[in-house]
Amino acid sequence: MGSDIEAAFEDGPALVPYVVAGDPDLDATKEYVEALARGGADVIELGLPFSEPIADGPTIQNAIRRALDAGTTPRNYLEFVAELDVDVPIVCMTYYNLIYQFGEEEGVEPFVEAGAEAGLSGLIVPDLPVEESDPLREACDEHGLDLVFIVAPTTTDERLDRITSQASGFVYVQARLGTTGAQADVSEATHESLARLADSTVPKAVGFGVSEREHAREIVGAGADGVVAGSVFVDIIAEGESVADRLEAKARELKAGALEGTDQKVPEPERT
Amino acid sequence: MSRTGDSKFGDYGGQYVPEVLMPAIEELTDAYVRYVLDNEDGFMDEFRERLRDFGGRPTPLQRADALSDRYDREVYLKREDLVHGGAHKLNNALGQVLLAKYMGKERIVAETGAGQHGTATAMACAHLGIDCEIYMGRTDINRQRPNVFRMRIHDAEVNPVDVGSGTLKEAINETMRDWATNVEDTHYVIGSVVGPHPFPKMVRDFQAVISEEAREQIREKAGRLPDSVVACAGGGSNTMGAFHEFVGDEDVSLVAVEAGGSGLTIDEDAGLAPHSASLSSGEEGVLHGARTKLLQNRDGQILESHSVSAGLDYSGVGPELAYLADEGRVTPANVGDDAALEAFHRLSKLEGIIPALESSHALAYLEKVADDGASTGDAPSATSEVAEDLGDLVIVNVSGRGDKDLDTVIEESEKRDIDAAPAMEVFENGQ
Ligand SMILES: Cc1ncc(COP(=O)(O)O)c(C=O)c1O
Repeated sequence: MGSDIEAAFEDGPALVPYVVAGDPDLDATKEYVEALARGGADVIELGLPFSEPIADGPTIQNAIRRALDAGTTPRNYLEFVAELDVDVPIVCMTYYNLIYQFGEEEGVEPFVEAGAEAGLSGLIVPDLPVEESDPLREACDEHGLDLVFIVAPTTTDERLDRITSQASGFVYVQARLGTTGAQADVSEATHESLARLADSTVPKAVGFGVSEREHAREIVGAGADGVVAGSVFVDIIAEGESVADRLEAKARELKAGALEGTDQKVPEPERT
Repeated sequence: MSRTGDSKFGDYGGQYVPEVLMPAIEELTDAYVRYVLDNEDGFMDEFRERLRDFGGRPTPLQRADALSDRYDREVYLKREDLVHGGAHKLNNALGQVLLAKYMGKERIVAETGAGQHGTATAMACAHLGIDCEIYMGRTDINRQRPNVFRMRIHDAEVNPVDVGSGTLKEAINETMRDWATNVEDTHYVIGSVVGPHPFPKMVRDFQAVISEEAREQIREKAGRLPDSVVACAGGGSNTMGAFHEFVGDEDVSLVAVEAGGSGLTIDEDAGLAPHSASLSSGEEGVLHGARTKLLQNRDGQILESHSVSAGLDYSGVGPELAYLADEGRVTPANVGDDAALEAFHRLSKLEGIIPALESSHALAYLEKVADDGASTGDAPSATSEVAEDLGDLVIVNVSGRGDKDLDTVIEESEKRDIDAAPAMEVFENGQ
């Protein structure tokens, strides 16, 4: 308890935006991260691009391709994080192989150590289920990083217990089956997952498909402590016009939706 | 969970997949134990019967007379090219599609490289009456057109994948995404001994019929076990199938021949390996659900592989093979594109068998041994400059037939000036 990520969830619903570092280049990412922070981001997920993003949909896949083409590597990513000057915890979202290959010899420890030194607050590794996570969790514990786990609509109760007993920072509630990508509505699965996680002491943030104020309001209204949104921001970056301003405005919009959701929660806790 | 609770081969293997898939993988592991290992509801009996009556098994183990003369040793060919559909791929596809039916799944997805696995899966789905959707890289669609048509004939959807180099790696990524979206009613029929546990073990068990038959057949025909078994390795399903029953026979050497492409050097900046020799020259890492040997750069980004044969063009290899290679039980080797093309023409001419370009790599290795590793057109081997002595009695697994490769072979033989290729100029322009 008491990590800076969990602290970020303490004063009302948190907004957790995601962008890919190096899309279209690291200088731009600096500007975008600052814009998101101005717009009210409480935690920022910064993607470290991997060539085989199996958990991501087309929007983020393309962003990862742009970032790799721009020469983004684990090393210049961590240098970038070390130089960032925003007052928001940064979580690195990446795939296992990049973490595993970072040091002179294979193993997760060197990346976690370098990440902690650079100022990362946590890691999200979408291709690492709890079954394979012991080495990484031990390294994270040692260096004071949170390891965020994902709960999916398919996750059984037995797995849910396994996951919540290991999670720290927040639990990432995957709103729907499939991969990342903006969607038009909030799925029934989200409500069910949140109900099943009602007793969890670790904050719960819902992502996969969140793109509008209305979604954020509904998610928080349904009991989430935060909202994760990625593809909607990545789309703005891909469009390439007045990006920083539009990112800031979108963050503001989602944050406002989340706050409305809190208000909704009080008078009507038992939604039907 | 009982005997297969161990998802690893040494440090290799495991289950590195998104959480959304984990329950399906647990369900599959459970089904694998019950139906495949314990033969619940007579699953394995039905599988064997269908392999026989629909699949055309057992396949012959044929003495190759001309090759035996040429190499001055007894050479036997395990004729997986004669399996229904033209490749060993049906052994696994039929097993998995049948298993999916036992599990009550309604839809099948699969990736394909050369199109042989896609074809086998489409065929098994038509046979068993279940919906089928196949993902195939654009590059592979262009070089394996007959197989695309065959999949369509069996009423499978074929979805082109345009990302990256448009080969097998990208097709696997896309199939995993489909599976993650439709996991509740869909089974992913993975095409080789790769992917998360239980796939590497399960696919191996379905393919093990190759070595079960071969072991019995060689005893009957030669009165003893072979000195060596040679098979090509992309992911390594025909390899593990051909090796499995011999792994305990310490005196039988097992050689996995990879695609040496146009050489074993790597262009890190371009993210390209001009070969697919992950067993010979890859580094340990995690891809497509398993820890195994991979072609990757220093950062861990996966490299695009290359081979003239679509079915070997993959940046990874099965975790069990990686383990057996580390243990010294399997010898990794590789031959280049040109040597494989030569071998394609050689077998066609000398034995009247048109081998798949994949299988041609295994056949090319015989020539490499005969030339003591100095044959032209070979990529330099990363592991040994001089090829392994194969002994007096060799089984080569002919994993598939080469009809699907004719377009590629015509084009590439001309481009590369392959000696053994027949001259076709006089027949050109359709006169
Ligand atoms: C005829 C044939 N042989 C071999 C392979 C390589 O696959 P594996 O190494 O998994 O047997 C393929 C793959 O498509 C194939 O079609």
